[in-house]
Amino acid sequence: MKKWQCIVCGFIYDEAVGIPEDGIAAGTRWEDIPADWACPDCGVARADFEMVALAA
Amino acid sequence: MPSITILGTGLAGYTLAREIRKRSNDAQITLITHDDGVFYSKPMLSTALAQGKSAQALRNTECAGMREELRAEILTHTVVTRIDAAARTLALKDGRVLPYEKLVLAVGAQPIRLPLQGDGASEVLSVNNLDDYAQFETRLGSAQRVALLGAGLIGCEFANDLIKSGRSVEVFDLAPQPLGRLLPAAAATRLRAQLEHAGVRFHFGDSISEIHKTPAGFRLTTQQGTQLDVDLVLSAVGLRSDTTLAASAGLAVNRGIVVDDTLQTTDPHIYALGDCAEVCGQVLPYVMPIMNAARVLAANLTGERQALRYPPMPVMVKTSLCPVVVCPPPGAGEWVETVTDTGVSARHVNTAGRLDGFALVGAATAERAALLKELQGG
Repeated sequence: MKKWQCIVCGFIYDEAVGIPEDGIAAGTRWEDIPADWACPDCGVARADFEMVALAA
Repeated sequence: MPSITILGTGLAGYTLAREIRKRSNDAQITLITHDDGVFYSKPMLSTALAQGKSAQALRNTECAGMREELRAEILTHTVVTRIDAAARTLALKDGRVLPYEKLVLAVGAQPIRLPLQGDGASEVLSVNNLDDYAQFETRLGSAQRVALLGAGLIGCEFANDLIKSGRSVEVFDLAPQPLGRLLPAAAATRLRAQLEHAGVRFHFGDSISEIHKTPAGFRLTTQQGTQLDVDLVLSAVGLRSDTTLAASAGLAVNRGIVVDDTLQTTDPHIYALGDCAEVCGQVLPYVMPIMNAARVLAANLTGERQALRYPPMPVMVKTSLCPVVVCPPPGAGEWVETVTDTGVSARHVNTAGRLDGFALVGAATAERAALLKELQGG
């Protein structure tokens, strides 16, 4: 399971945790997050920004 | 479709260009910037230190990459001195005159600088762009004692990172609590306590009045008469929208460049977006409002009329020692705060008794999604 960081605001997505309150189950890989998802902290669209894989 | 000229290559300018390109393959886009056109994230500047990100690492995409990605013309190191709204031209500092069809002002805001006496005043740093951050990084290298002017969002984020780096941190603000009037009392007290627990020293109701250079650094004198020796002074007291060019064009300006819910100024060919814009009476210098507004403006510029309606947009304060999420209420009402050992949860109810804002501190930030749902659905 990897961690990813939004390059606009620094929000960290942890695949092991998911974002259950947004309907993203724990264990959901970054590639499988819906295309219409936006960063919950800053609103940047998934299509527009990189999530950078963080070293474990 | 009229060509689109965007002044500014910050988050607002580049996001708008991206949104236009998503909607139209043919739109002609020109961006003009006084810097080198690198794409970087403004929010990252106040959390880069603790994340170990250098100024170089903060450079996300160089201008050449942006030109290719956007299929846009980008004029770098180019200063616009005047807008002639009648002729629809831009006067450049180098003497050129450029015509435009649709113009978007995304020129951002400037840091407010307090009037300070003393020969050290000119060495006070503000960090509002990547070049500023690079300078801060260099000056910070040898500094152990840092004074911060301003306990707002940026000041608190810098205080957080600086105290975590092992330096000594003194923060001055005339307000009685951190984050000004954004937080209700118990929430603000908790944030203050957590930062103080880590070693930050706050001086509320006080401000720096004089800064004198010494062989070792700077001697500060405060309004309350305190004297302090430090190595570096960082100012984060607020931003003022850059309205100079807009005023030169005869556009209505208030705290920001006045625009309506289509992001149009008082001139039908000129729009404004981002930290420089006052949208329906509000200047919101954060990322989420820019994302929402850019999508609407891109639609309007590519032939689809849309009106901007902001959803609730919580503001994140990325003080890792004590995170804060705040959704400021739009009007009058009452705060109801729940205080626990691990956090503070505050609900704001309007005069009709409905939730219309919230503030979450510490572990209570986990309640954000539920409160947002209640705000949106209720």
